[in-house]
Amino acid sequence: MQVPAPFEYARAGSVAEAISLLEQHGEDARVIAGGHSLLPMMKLRLADPSTLIDINGLEDLTRIRVDGDVLRIGAMARHAEVLASAVVGEHFRILHDAERVIADPIVRNRGTVGGSLCHADPAEDLSAVLAALNAEVVVEGSAGQRTVAVRELADGPFTTVLAPAEIVTEVRVPIVAGAGSAYQKVHRCTGDYAVAAAGAIVWLDGDTIADAGIALAAVGAPHNVGPDTEAAIRGRVADDATLDLAATTASGECNPHTDQRGPADYKRALVGELTRRALRTAIARCRGEER
Amino acid sequence: MRVTVTVNGQAYTRDVEPRMLLVHFLRDELGLTGTHWGCDTSNCGVCTVQLDGLPTKSCTTLAAMADGHDVRTVEGLEGADGLDPVQQGFMNEHGLQCGFCTPGVMLTARALLDRNPHPSDTEIREAISGNLCRCTGYENIVRSIRWAADNSAVTVS
Repeated sequence: MQVPAPFEYARAGSVAEAISLLEQHGEDARVIAGGHSLLPMMKLRLADPSTLIDINGLEDLTRIRVDGDVLRIGAMARHAEVLASAVVGEHFRILHDAERVIADPIVRNRGTVGGSLCHADPAEDLSAVLAALNAEVVVEGSAGQRTVAVRELADGPFTTVLAPAEIVTEVRVPIVAGAGSAYQKVHRCTGDYAVAAAGAIVWLDGDTIADAGIALAAVGAPHNVGPDTEAAIRGRVADDATLDLAATTASGECNPHTDQRGPADYKRALVGELTRRALRTAIARCRGEER
Repeated sequence: MRVTVTVNGQAYTRDVEPRMLLVHFLRDELGLTGTHWGCDTSNCGVCTVQLDGLPTKSCTTLAAMADGHDVRTVEGLEGADGLDPVQQGFMNEHGLQCGFCTPGVMLTARALLDRNPHPSDTEIREAISGNLCRCTGYENIVRSIRWAADNSAVTVS
């Protein structure tokens, strides 16, 4: 039987209370949201927090809405809620593509957007997608509020730039009109992490790629994005030659490791093909050719 | 710590350690052993219960997180009128062999049909993709849930 080691438990009734509880209980205290990453790690003694601050009661953090030209997703929005959100799908098909292949439908009922980002697992899909979308997170602490780009949130595997008594309350995704986006993931079975995954968001100016964001998950790409690929295709005609260039560049700028999910060479080849497919679908969606 | 969890309509108050998982609360504190306990890693889904109506893996949920909330287990599926159509479907269509995964699948299926009374086979397969079955190959499970969908006109839980 696997159970976590003993810990203290406190329930936060507000963001301010969560921050104050984190300060009271010191740097070994952790926030628990859905718990579907943290609790398994605690069972395996890979994580051993002294106190869990439960923020599941913070209903204010579950809202998903468009506010001007920003999609605002509360940190406690569950994966299932993001997947069910029409407004998310309207602006960012890539988020629905990704949510459909995150864990399984039951886990998605509990797992949260904020939890996924703060867990900072380099194989996690949303961290890559939201980085590619140039999203930022709203971070709150006793000193006040600040924003951190998702591309700068992780400080390495399973660590973030957050101070011990700071919590993420919201994700803000900039909406720039005319985008098309898609996500492609190869995984061994439902619920498994990606062998490799790639996502793309593009804006076209006629036949030319005006701008692009590239997500690369589980393949050792710094901050889970492909800046070289983004730069390489910007300003180029959206044709097969550009897709080839994107595939080659993405393959080259990731750094996958050989593990039980496959050898590094295979993953590198997969990154190329998945980048090509994600980009092709994103371009088609951008043109309104629905797929 | 003291928690009060409403399980199948009845409130239970117990003193538990914060680290107690919901699956052990149900099985060991309340004696409701219909909820099974399998992989312990939130993969297999045999521990699935409904938490506030949503299928939830109880091996990855603290009893403390269910404090003040509603839990439904397989023991709460049968109504005053008899078996839930999902249970009847599993009987009629031979939806189980060893039975270990069955309670979890049934709670997932019940939630699916509450939300979507006439799912396609694809929607059924997608809904139960977090519940592993090592016996049936899923074919009869899908038929069982389909039976429940087709025979739920009168009995709606």
